[in-house]
Amino acid sequence: MHRLTRVAATLALGMTALAGAARAQEMRLTGAGATFPNPIYSKWILEYTVVRPRLQINYQGIGSGGGIRQFTEHTVDFGATDGPMTDSQIAVVHGNVIHLPTVLGSVVPTYNVPGVTGQLRFTGDVLAGIFLGQITKWNDSRLTAINPGVSLPDQDIVVAHRSDGSGTTYIWTDYLSKVSSDWSQRVGKGTAVNWPVGLGGQGNPGVANIVKQTPGAIGYVELIYAIQNHIGYGLVRNKAGNYVEASLETTTNAAAAAVAALDPTTDFRVSITDPDAPNAYPISSFTWLLVPKEMSDPAKARQLVDFVWWAVHDGQRYCQPLAYAPLPARVVQLEEERLRSITVGGRPVVPSNYRGR
Amino acid sequence: MTDLSAAILEPELTPRSTAEARWRALRTVSRGDVVFRAVLTVLALLLPFLLLMIAVELVSNAMPAVSKFGFGFLTHSTWDPVRGEFGALPLIFGTLYSSVVALVIAVPLALACAIFLTEFAPRWLRAPVATLIELLAAVPSVIYGLWGIFVLIPLLRDHLWKVARPVLGHLPLFSGVFYGPSYLAAGVILSVMILPYIAAVSREVLLAVPADQREAGLALGATRWETVWGVVLPYGRAGIIGAVILGLGRALGETMAVTMVIGNRHEVAASLLQPGYTIAAAIANEFAEAVSDMHLSALFLAGAVLFLITVVVNALARVLVWRVARGSAVGSTAV
Repeated sequence: MHRLTRVAATLALGMTALAGAARAQEMRLTGAGATFPNPIYSKWILEYTVVRPRLQINYQGIGSGGGIRQFTEHTVDFGATDGPMTDSQIAVVHGNVIHLPTVLGSVVPTYNVPGVTGQLRFTGDVLAGIFLGQITKWNDSRLTAINPGVSLPDQDIVVAHRSDGSGTTYIWTDYLSKVSSDWSQRVGKGTAVNWPVGLGGQGNPGVANIVKQTPGAIGYVELIYAIQNHIGYGLVRNKAGNYVEASLETTTNAAAAAVAALDPTTDFRVSITDPDAPNAYPISSFTWLLVPKEMSDPAKARQLVDFVWWAVHDGQRYCQPLAYAPLPARVVQLEEERLRSITVGGRPVVPSNYRGR
Repeated sequence: MTDLSAAILEPELTPRSTAEARWRALRTVSRGDVVFRAVLTVLALLLPFLLLMIAVELVSNAMPAVSKFGFGFLTHSTWDPVRGEFGALPLIFGTLYSSVVALVIAVPLALACAIFLTEFAPRWLRAPVATLIELLAAVPSVIYGLWGIFVLIPLLRDHLWKVARPVLGHLPLFSGVFYGPSYLAAGVILSVMILPYIAAVSREVLLAVPADQREAGLALGATRWETVWGVVLPYGRAGIIGAVILGLGRALGETMAVTMVIGNRHEVAASLLQPGYTIAAAIANEFAEAVSDMHLSALFLAGAVLFLITVVVNALARVLVWRVARGSAVGSTAV
């Protein structure tokens, strides 16, 4: 009996020692939030294990709303969102948050008009009119006027939108709010809104399916989804008056144009829809990581800063294959300063001349 | 006399006392019994406790919405997350409407299946058909949803509706333009999903009807049809109502398949062809991205309403089964 106890005690001791050793070697970072950047975040986390084999990062794509909530409740080390936190949400965390853009996404109008195979052209006004239920036929004069040479049929327009709350909806409604005062007064912007007309589909596939199966339908999907599933989409007129096709390049252009006008001290909670540049696609947005400005665990803080630094520099090369638009250089430059400003107990986590690990 | 009585009582007393001793021995509880009893009690109380905790959690999270919207939550039909205005009338209406449509379609079909399988089908056919019907319940609901999108909706819209439109098009129940996703599509999908439950339980109920009931019916000169309609079904009606309520409960809470075909529109419409929404679908759709606290609270409140609806439906079912069982006791005792 005595021997047994001694063996058990030795075993227990050994196990505690082992666990301690493991804890010293392995570090965990957990994050949760937006589903839109989930594929590239997963890719980054996978590639980063080569850089930091002992760091374990766990990201869960539970949705932007969930990301903000978990970040606010400190159940994760970092959050992620497709729509920036509101002022009142920031007040809840006592301002202890930095928004860090990671990649860019665009939203495109997709449609199913019988007899029309080419790319249709849209303006912000027309899109708002359609989604408000004011333009109800495909051969409406406002549509035919901007699509000369295309014979649009006398077909009812069926609007398809997202039924689930979504960053895609946020970008779409943010754009419509900017270009149409009617929209901003009657509907507004958000991850879910009170749609004046239309059918709701779940996720990009849900909307794409309604569009594909319903003659006369128009909906909006993420550019990535449209590219990967070979879905045709329309051109949208930007502020400069050019009809622009959404692409990774025109999306990055939009961010560059919007950021050029920004103050260097920006908190990045900016909408980049409808920018000025002549070659910018007007319906696009950042997606953000939410990181505390002041953290409590110095080791964790350092790992997080290292990771995000890597993501916005080296990590950007994984954007293209996954069809995300990379950040413009100016944004990365501003983000470097933000990362250097992160503190633990009032002292900076990384030196002021930090240039990556 | 006393001797006699003692003599008479004596042999009686001995076995009685041994019986008492044995009874006492039986009643002295062993420690194992105590533990066993305690474990069972805890396990048995765990489930009601869980139910209670769910209710408490729902209600406490719903309180902000309750205090802001009050009773209006049930009667208003604006659902505007941007302005923080929430009224769940379309959700409640859609939940009940799609479930009723499902029942209207599923109950006759399921009853026909059950009657056929118990009364008319040749013996070799019964087991395979019953198994196949029950297999319908094993299909995941997302598969039903996909089937709804790719098969049912095009079939309804492009074929059935083209034929039916000249006949039914002028009825208010079928007014408006039919795009596909609708109460009708949701109701049909739901009816297929709840059919196996109603059919399987009804079949068991009909199987439990004693053979002499049928024989009596036939002996009185009734045809087989008259026996089924006049004897077997009334005998089992309490059980059949129970089966229908089971199906209804399933239909009220179904989420995935419904949200894929109902159109997800916060609007009350009488026409079967119009898109609508259900409580379960709205919660599944909006919960993850509900950014504002009031939006979240409104979803919790909608969940509490759904909880209440199912509780009320079940309570009504109890009353109904009880009354039917009592009423039929005059002629026959039901299940």
